[in-house]
Amino acid sequence: MKRRVFAALLIGGAAAGAVRLAAQPQDEVGIAASRFEFTPDTVKVKVGQPVTLVLTSLDRIHGFKMPQLGIRTEIIPDQETRLTITPDKTGTFTFFCDVFCGDGHEEMAGTLIVEA
Amino acid sequence: MQQSDRRQFLKLAGLAGVTFTAGLFPKGPADAQAADFHFVQISDTHWGYKGPANPDAEHTLEKAIVTVNGLATRPDFIVFTGDLTHTTEDGATRRARMKRFKEIVSALAVKDVRFMPGEHDASLDKGEAYKEFFGATHYTFDHKGVHFIALDNVSDPAAKLGDEQLAWLAADLKQRKRDDRIVVLTHRPLFDLAPQWDWTTADGGKAIDLLMPYQNVVVFYGHIHQEHHQMTGHIAHHAAKSLIFPLPAPGSQPKRVPLPYDASMKGLGTRDVAMSSKVSITELPVTKA
Repeated sequence: MKRRVFAALLIGGAAAGAVRLAAQPQDEVGIAASRFEFTPDTVKVKVGQPVTLVLTSLDRIHGFKMPQLGIRTEIIPDQETRLTITPDKTGTFTFFCDVFCGDGHEEMAGTLIVEA
Repeated sequence: MQQSDRRQFLKLAGLAGVTFTAGLFPKGPADAQAADFHFVQISDTHWGYKGPANPDAEHTLEKAIVTVNGLATRPDFIVFTGDLTHTTEDGATRRARMKRFKEIVSALAVKDVRFMPGEHDASLDKGEAYKEFFGATHYTFDHKGVHFIALDNVSDPAAKLGDEQLAWLAADLKQRKRDDRIVVLTHRPLFDLAPQWDWTTADGGKAIDLLMPYQNVVVFYGHIHQEHHQMTGHIAHHAAKSLIFPLPAPGSQPKRVPLPYDASMKGLGTRDVAMSSKVSITELPVTKA
């Protein structure tokens, strides 16, 4: 059975990185990491609406970092890392792997689009 | 050697690039008798890279060595600030690249050569192969009154110095006087240069905090494949060009992809660093003009 790591975040603006408990059912978006891509590499979410990113790795340890939103975690094979976020501003935010994983690591990135 | 003399001999050698002069040691050298000297920084050679960003990759390092050997006054030593080889998943290929790299740089006329790892050398095996060929990944040495500290922020694939190395750094600094001249060598920037491109060191701020009480500190690093100068307080950080391909200005575009190949090799090079009460950095092109 896969282990699960939970984190709940309210993201955006000055509230980036603040933690709150998720109290109601939420949408989930799975993101799979593998050398040297995230699948999907573009994720659209709604502002003000909680969403849980379910991060998994298909091969080795990867990183998941979105500095603009103060998010950083590692993605470990055979383990789900769950990040619950509530975007409070619209925009386009880059996430990328920050655990060096080989030739192509520098291109391993994706985009979170927060829509109104 | 006076700065004007250094510029003159570089000019005469046909090598003079842009010279950057900074108030390196704002409080002045602790040892008034400390001799002036110069060294050469070479960074991000990425031996083994094959790709359109540098069709000349098999020869660029050799050309740069000819240039460095052609300096009218030999540097006291040469330091390579990481990414000696281009990364590979295969350990045997990694070692073959390191072996060939050592063979190529053995042509340097100056034999006092210091190496450091980059993430391409050390992150996939935590520095195992690197240590076999080049020794310790972090160390200190002293040269003519200046204390050099080489820090490893790449053997941990998450780009951390780590608590153990930070404790080692703290212990080393405790032996220094507050006005000693200290040069830090590292691969990645210790400060948050462009976090959205991961141009940072996860715990680099802790190293800067340890260095901050010392009055005369300068950092030379690589990784970003371009000349860059930035201050954190009174500490100057100078990034070097690469010998493989230039990268865009920090955070200037969505992705940190190589700039298109330029046959004139503009954007590539090494640098000569003159140390006295100030530092003068002279960028050297790959080949003589």
